[in-house]
Amino acid sequence: MGVEGQDFEQEFQVVGTRPDRPDGIDKVTGRARFGADAYAPGMLHAVCVRSPHAHAKIRKIDASKAEAMPEVKAVVTRADFADGLTGEDWNILENVMAGEKALYDGHTVAAVAATTALAARDAAKLIEVDYEILPHVTDVDKAMAPDAPAIREGAADGSVPEGLHPNVVRYHESGHGDVEKGFAEADLVIEDSFVTEATHQGYIEPHACLAQLGSDGRGEVWCCTQGHFNVQKVCAALLGTESSQVRVTASEIGGGFGGKTAVFIEPVALALSKKTNRPVKLVMSRSEVFRATGPTSSTSMDIKIGMTKDGRITAGQGVFRLQGGAFPGAPMEFTAMCAFAPYNLENVHQVGYDVIANRPKQAAYRAPGSPMAAFAVESVIDELCNQLGLDPIDVRLKNASREGTKASYGPKFDRIGLVETLEEAKAHPHYSAPIGEGEGRGISCGFWFNHGGETAVSLALSEDGTAALSVGTPDIGGSRASMCQMVAEELGIPYDKVRTTIADTATLGYNEISHGSRVTYASGLAAIKASRDAVDKLCHRAAAKWGIDRDAVYWENGCAKPAGSNAGEFEPLPLEKITSKMGMTGGPIVGHYEATPEGAGVSFATHIVDANVDPETGQTSVSRYTVVQDAGKAIHPSYVEGQYQGGAAQGIGWALNEEYIYGEDGRLQNSGFLDYRIPVASDLPMIDTVIVEVPNPGHPYGVRGVGETSICPPLAAIANAVSNAAGVRLKQLPMSPPRILEALDDQANGRS
Amino acid sequence: MVEVNLWAGLRKHTGGEEKVEIEGKNIGQLLDNLVRDYPELEPFIEAGVSVAIDGRIMARDLTAEIKPDSEVYLLQQLKGG
Repeated sequence: MGVEGQDFEQEFQVVGTRPDRPDGIDKVTGRARFGADAYAPGMLHAVCVRSPHAHAKIRKIDASKAEAMPEVKAVVTRADFADGLTGEDWNILENVMAGEKALYDGHTVAAVAATTALAARDAAKLIEVDYEILPHVTDVDKAMAPDAPAIREGAADGSVPEGLHPNVVRYHESGHGDVEKGFAEADLVIEDSFVTEATHQGYIEPHACLAQLGSDGRGEVWCCTQGHFNVQKVCAALLGTESSQVRVTASEIGGGFGGKTAVFIEPVALALSKKTNRPVKLVMSRSEVFRATGPTSSTSMDIKIGMTKDGRITAGQGVFRLQGGAFPGAPMEFTAMCAFAPYNLENVHQVGYDVIANRPKQAAYRAPGSPMAAFAVESVIDELCNQLGLDPIDVRLKNASREGTKASYGPKFDRIGLVETLEEAKAHPHYSAPIGEGEGRGISCGFWFNHGGETAVSLALSEDGTAALSVGTPDIGGSRASMCQMVAEELGIPYDKVRTTIADTATLGYNEISHGSRVTYASGLAAIKASRDAVDKLCHRAAAKWGIDRDAVYWENGCAKPAGSNAGEFEPLPLEKITSKMGMTGGPIVGHYEATPEGAGVSFATHIVDANVDPETGQTSVSRYTVVQDAGKAIHPSYVEGQYQGGAAQGIGWALNEEYIYGEDGRLQNSGFLDYRIPVASDLPMIDTVIVEVPNPGHPYGVRGVGETSICPPLAAIANAVSNAAGVRLKQLPMSPPRILEALDDQANGRS
Repeated sequence: MVEVNLWAGLRKHTGGEEKVEIEGKNIGQLLDNLVRDYPELEPFIEAGVSVAIDGRIMARDLTAEIKPDSEVYLLQQLKGG
């Protein structure tokens, strides 16, 4: 299925080039305004009061001492928010402001607004909360055990089989064929278990907002978010007001990676503003970001795969248990569905469990759930290749999903580019380079679905022949440049004659969050369609000027032209000649597109990693890294490469060092970047990239999302490299030095 | 009638069936009729589902056309980061 106006063979003028980013000067000069950069006259500063306990009943909150401070203007608790909410609205409110119980260390139980930030912090310390401490659990396997404390009775939906612990709140099962028959056909079957710890998205900019809500129910919010239309919807629900009365503007964003798809502080600031009738600013500290915003799920996974001597996978089976904090939503269905997606399997079966525990509500992180699945499955495939003496790329090519393959999650694949990434990886100099002493090489494939979603854009042409595109998807990865390129391509004008702005919620129709690698795909498709709408209007104006039919005019290289001699002899009419008179020839020319594009197109990647392990200290280093990924069509190749490198860099952190560490008391032990170690430049090699372009039939130029797939293979590719270097299979992430030493010790003592 | 493939976890709400025959010329009709014929599926449909038609995954579009011979899979609703 293609889309209208599709031409994968066209000669692009602007698309595929690497122009300067439009936000570059703002970012390097400090002119860009992020979440915490907003100020308003009379503004108050807010601080949240957070539970120090992992699980506790809130008996009483006494704010009298805080309220006695002259600087303090208001305190809010759960009573200041809407009641009667259900479903996900209730879950969000319960996370934003605790009700009867604090469900994790860092859970907000109250908030205070004062005239200075210092006074607000002092006041927060004076708010006395009487807790009844309850038993807690933070580990996924322990949370499923019969003796685990039930965190929220009745939270499970109807999918959960009978007899499971109430902390299991959702269940997924899928697959096809007969796995037992498949295992019987195998020459070698390996079954093993894997564990990954929760990691944070690690965005550098903490959550921040400035909010105002009057007694008339009309308000405004300025915030850093991946989806300001969602902020609007959630805030309206939680405050009991109407969506259209809350205007939300997205600031520049200092990283999100999925973590800023969720709403945490904006409703709190609005509630305080409503109570004080003054604007309220709320900025999270780094510690609050770690304790109370979404990390990934932690996982516990069992994998069983059978393979013949010549490398055919006969069956694959996986059980995926994901802990997603104290609320339903751990993306176990994606983990299950992505796990075996790269492979054409006759027999496959996958089960997922969504498990709640006393931790913060998990949030999306680039391809939520998929990287962990790849770690488990691709580790077993690597072990099978090692034991059968087979080349890991040849085995993957032999089993690779292709167009028409029945996916492990059900439907047949459309046009996909996995084989092309594997062939490019095999041909890459990295793969044939010698492996050094003490070094190991790892390969992994990865898969992500990608997404379309509700999208609305507007393209206004100016009298001087320039174009202003308004989109509703915050730019989290360079999308403004790509949008400008696509508009410039369609209109036939230079890139720097187009400006793309992230419009507020009062300006455009609803736009889904910038998630699911959807922006360059969906907003890009919308920008192309809006440009074509504008071009149609330009052609109408030219036709009217020439006194011929619209159908006798076509658009080429930024000009309206008569379609052949029968249309008449007219000089080409450039865009600026039409727009300069548009006020006198029918009014402003604006192109629109509003739709829910549904052809996002799935994508695959193959990564090659070389790593060294020091057996004395357990320290690892990644010495060489190559990303090969299908982009469909790279609009701005530098940004695509940046996404590839960013996914690999974050994957290196996840694989080697990053983890949430909870104490026996259920409190987070490492809520700062000193103790939660994200990679710095010196931890990373140069990351080579190869852009494969297998066009997506669902986009006019063939674009596939690229932001998420890049983080699917790294955990597995690095684990395979480290395991091959160490000579022992690493089954738990992160592969920090103590874990590597433990694995080496276990092997030496015959325990692995 | 269209053959709709469900994910296996829904079996217990469809009398053990993983494939069901449902009327519907588009996704909206299909989902309405799925709930009509299998009322226990309503909470799952309400929570959000994606529908793959001939390999293309539709997360939101209730108007997408379904042909009688289309390959149709019900999937849990796709989101992302």
